[in-house]
Amino acid sequence: MIDISPSVMQALLALIVAGPLLGAATALLPPPPGLKGASPEQAVLRHGVTVTGAVLVAAVVLALGFDHDHPSTMQATTDVNWIPALDVRIHLGIDGISLPLLVLTALLTFLCALHSYAKPPQGPSAPPPRAFVALLLLLEGGTLASFAVLDLLLFFLAFETVLIPMYFLIARWGGEGRRAAAWRFILYTLLGSVVMLLGLLLVGLRAHTFDMVALATDNGRGLSTSVQVIAVLAIGLGLAVKSPMWPLHSWLPDAHTAAPTVGSVLLAGVLLKMGTYGFVRIVLPIAPDGLHTFAPYLAALAVAGIIYGSLACLALALPSAGRRPSSGRFAPRPPTGARGDLKRLIAYSSVGHMGFVLLGIATMTPTGVNGALFANVAHGLITGLLFFLVGAVKDRTGSTDLDTLAQDAGAALYGRAPRLGGLLAFGAVASLGLPGLAGFWGEMLAMFGAFRPADGLSRPAYLTYLALAGLGTLLTAAYLLIVVRRVCMGPGRLEGTGAGAAGGGPAPVLAELPDVRAHEFAAWTPLVALTVLAGLWPAALLGLTNPAVQQLLAGGPK
Amino acid sequence: MTETAAGVVQSVDWLAIAPPTIAALVALVVLVADLFTDDSRKAVLGWISVTGLALAALSLLPLLDGHRSTFCRTGRSSVCSYTADHFALVIQFLVLGGALLAALLSVSMLRDARSGGARRARGGGRGDAGTDGARPAQGAGPDGVRNAAVGSLGGARNTAGGPAVPDGEFWFLLLSSAAGAALLPAARDLATLVVALEVASLPAFALVGLKRGDRRSAEAALKFFLSSVTATAVTLLGASFVYAATGSLYLTEIAGRLPHVDGQLHTLARAGVILTLVGFAFKTAAVPFHFWVPDTYVGAPLPVAAYLSVVGKAVGFSGLILVTVIAFPSYAHVWGPALAVLAALTMTAGNAAALRQQPTRAYSAVRLLAWSSVGQAGYLLVPIAAAGSADDPEHAVGSTVAYALMYAVVNLGAFAVAALVARSSPLNRIDDYRGLYARRPLTALLLAFFLLCLAGLPPGVIGLFAKVTVFSSAVGAGLGWLAVLMAVNVVIALYYYLHWTALLFRAPRTDARPRSDGPAPAVPGPAAPGTTAPAVPVPLTAALVLTAVLALALSGAPQLVLRFSTAGLF
Repeated sequence: MIDISPSVMQALLALIVAGPLLGAATALLPPPPGLKGASPEQAVLRHGVTVTGAVLVAAVVLALGFDHDHPSTMQATTDVNWIPALDVRIHLGIDGISLPLLVLTALLTFLCALHSYAKPPQGPSAPPPRAFVALLLLLEGGTLASFAVLDLLLFFLAFETVLIPMYFLIARWGGEGRRAAAWRFILYTLLGSVVMLLGLLLVGLRAHTFDMVALATDNGRGLSTSVQVIAVLAIGLGLAVKSPMWPLHSWLPDAHTAAPTVGSVLLAGVLLKMGTYGFVRIVLPIAPDGLHTFAPYLAALAVAGIIYGSLACLALALPSAGRRPSSGRFAPRPPTGARGDLKRLIAYSSVGHMGFVLLGIATMTPTGVNGALFANVAHGLITGLLFFLVGAVKDRTGSTDLDTLAQDAGAALYGRAPRLGGLLAFGAVASLGLPGLAGFWGEMLAMFGAFRPADGLSRPAYLTYLALAGLGTLLTAAYLLIVVRRVCMGPGRLEGTGAGAAGGGPAPVLAELPDVRAHEFAAWTPLVALTVLAGLWPAALLGLTNPAVQQLLAGGPK
Repeated sequence: MTETAAGVVQSVDWLAIAPPTIAALVALVVLVADLFTDDSRKAVLGWISVTGLALAALSLLPLLDGHRSTFCRTGRSSVCSYTADHFALVIQFLVLGGALLAALLSVSMLRDARSGGARRARGGGRGDAGTDGARPAQGAGPDGVRNAAVGSLGGARNTAGGPAVPDGEFWFLLLSSAAGAALLPAARDLATLVVALEVASLPAFALVGLKRGDRRSAEAALKFFLSSVTATAVTLLGASFVYAATGSLYLTEIAGRLPHVDGQLHTLARAGVILTLVGFAFKTAAVPFHFWVPDTYVGAPLPVAAYLSVVGKAVGFSGLILVTVIAFPSYAHVWGPALAVLAALTMTAGNAAALRQQPTRAYSAVRLLAWSSVGQAGYLLVPIAAAGSADDPEHAVGSTVAYALMYAVVNLGAFAVAALVARSSPLNRIDDYRGLYARRPLTALLLAFFLLCLAGLPPGVIGLFAKVTVFSSAVGAGLGWLAVLMAVNVVIALYYYLHWTALLFRAPRTDARPRSDGPAPAVPGPAAPGTTAPAVPVPLTAALVLTAVLALALSGAPQLVLRFSTAGLF
């Protein structure tokens, strides 16, 4: 849109990747004089906002400078030899596939930093925020790098970089059961990614290069089918754990439930995308024959994930059978594994949504893959928003358990905190795929791709998957509407709305809750706006991804 | 006459053999100087030794072109007993550097021992405090924290009226062992190899048992000695079989003659090949030759354990590489699978045992490092096993060299931190590291970095890429099963490394009972409770800084060590 010279673009991308890492290192140092702020805590949190903000600005400028007429070409490329012994090159570049994810990551991390600045992270045994900011920035660096690198081993490095920060974010700032959840997260994903490394090495050693662009241009011609099959199995396993694909998802609900709000937002909004991005960037162009072998199974597991995720959510959303109406206003949280935990519910819904993404990839058609990429970004926006909202609900009521929140009749957020309730309802309907919002297009296109899968893939099988995925959307709508009914509606004090805390009316059924605060408003507005924008103007995103996807399927970027 | 003499008396390339020779000479110098230094000035010996090791390492510089060899067979300059090729130089650098770092750790250990001994001599220590290492520290009284890796050194035998670790002997033994270890990678015949192996090992037994009057130390030394001698005897037997079958001791000649061995000698040659590997596998601490490791590490003074974990291993795997890749390439189908199985067993057993360490047990930190070093030995063996089926075995073993360099730096770094913590918490439990970040932020960050390097996860970039080269050698050689097993092991290892790392950043225990570092018998100077941690002695700081700088530099530029994984080393 605006003309920026290639060297500046190059520098911008390098800054986006290296900036957070430098920021993480400097966060550990004492603040320089003049930037001390009110307290060390405040100074370091502000440092986090500054760095992520600068990265976001760089990412936006990069997106503006991106040549939108040629989204299939790699732009802002850097290619420096780093470890000749292993043939590892610092090869950076962006195209229409990675650019949206890069901007999404920068945006979500900035919003998280902003959120933490206004509401410093707390936890039962939370260390000072200095470590929090350093870990957050390290996490951002890892995710941004994994979307920007074009070298298989560097991708692996970036993929692994996020593990340690996420582990500590969950284990140190998380809620109940955080330690077990953090262990499960890191061991699961590490096992997957080490197996993925074996697949990457197999590809690299057989094709004699680790360069993604060269490999994608080659489009699997340099690799025998058996090598491709083994490579896809190994790489796919690692990516599937991360995505997560049913039945390898079991780390996700615990991690989400235990993670702090910021951790959940980044986990769902950004980390999961690394898995599906890997499928599109690595598996699809580099080993097409291998993926062709596994595509029907991948699609089947994806659909199983959709159905499983929505059924699990439905079970969580319905009032638990044995629950007796408790007399207390907010019954103490059940000691173990709250059944109807909202965070858990959104985590399971992520399994379902990522199922659509995987289904789109498994069709191996431009339509399906475009849908997958769109759903990827949409899921990041919507689920990020939902986790923010649930975090806000938890701050206010002290619980995320649906049964505790809703009691018998409903939590009546519309009445008690109308803006919050409205936003929650907005997030829910966006998540269920209401046309006109971001969630719609991706899932629609993925299913459209399944209607006519790539040549050689069994059409009847994919039609069955399509039907099942359609059923999944119905179930999704069902549980999200139940959640809206139980959380937002209810016998609230309707006359006291709007004007807010006048507080003089008849005895309220439920206590008034503080409505959306300024910093929350600031953190959520961009997500809401982008959800609407992507829903109303999908061409903005599809125009970026489509040429690149066509190129990848046909033989890689030039 | 002169011509005959010239034919018999060889000209020796003194420059080429300088590294091991300097180490050996300085060892003698120290031994003699010990006689003429009075007790108060024993520290000089330590600095002589450190300088000597540094000199020996510097003497590698003129050899960098890697084409020198000496002690060659008359008339055939291609068959030599000593070759300073790139492989030898890299391993010598590793050995001498490792010994140098261990020496730096020893300097402060010996100093602490001296001051502790002096204090105890005044205070009249308790000689009979028992060997129950698992006893909680607070029960032992101000003077009685016994059997600790560092703390007990001073007071073990007050009746002897002096430091329990004799300085002169200590430095002599350390330098002799280093000389042997530096000789080994350059040795190119079986006799020299075995002699070098023994020169490296025999002083090590004495080093382990050097804590006079310490029953644990003596037991460890005996265990170490007996199992090592058995392994060496088996190696000798194997070497004699090989000699019987081929009629030569020179590695290159053996390689040439093994394929053409007489039909009836095939079994003999095959048995010889396998048996020869045993002694080296023992030094590498490969399963089933690993039982000595945990007890020996715990019983030995901490710097000696660090020395064994790095230099001892280097001796083992460089010997393995020499005999397998240079001498027995024609028997790759025998030793390749054998080493693959050995690697698989070693990493699994080591990691499984490390996983089971109780953090509250005495010496659990050293025990964990010991078992993890067994696990790491398994990774080191993988590329050698892969060399058995690779097209270009000499390249494959380069991954072992690269991995060993990484391992040496970060493992010595971890031991340096352990030595630092042992000064205040002599029991050296993993629990003692809880909240280290609050007490010594920089040290805690460094230990976290070293541990993550060992685990192979970012930000330990060099650890990650070293593992990648090992994986890549296995994948390249088609050893898929071994690669998958190693992947599982990496995950297991992460559990205990990360567990320890996470502990560093926890809030310190807040219970009222005095922590074991309260009385702190070995700390010179007053350690006022509540104030910041006591000052760290200079040599220990130097070792920490050196390892930290190296590890960080390698993480930024992994090519520095990884280039050995592709360059031809021989």
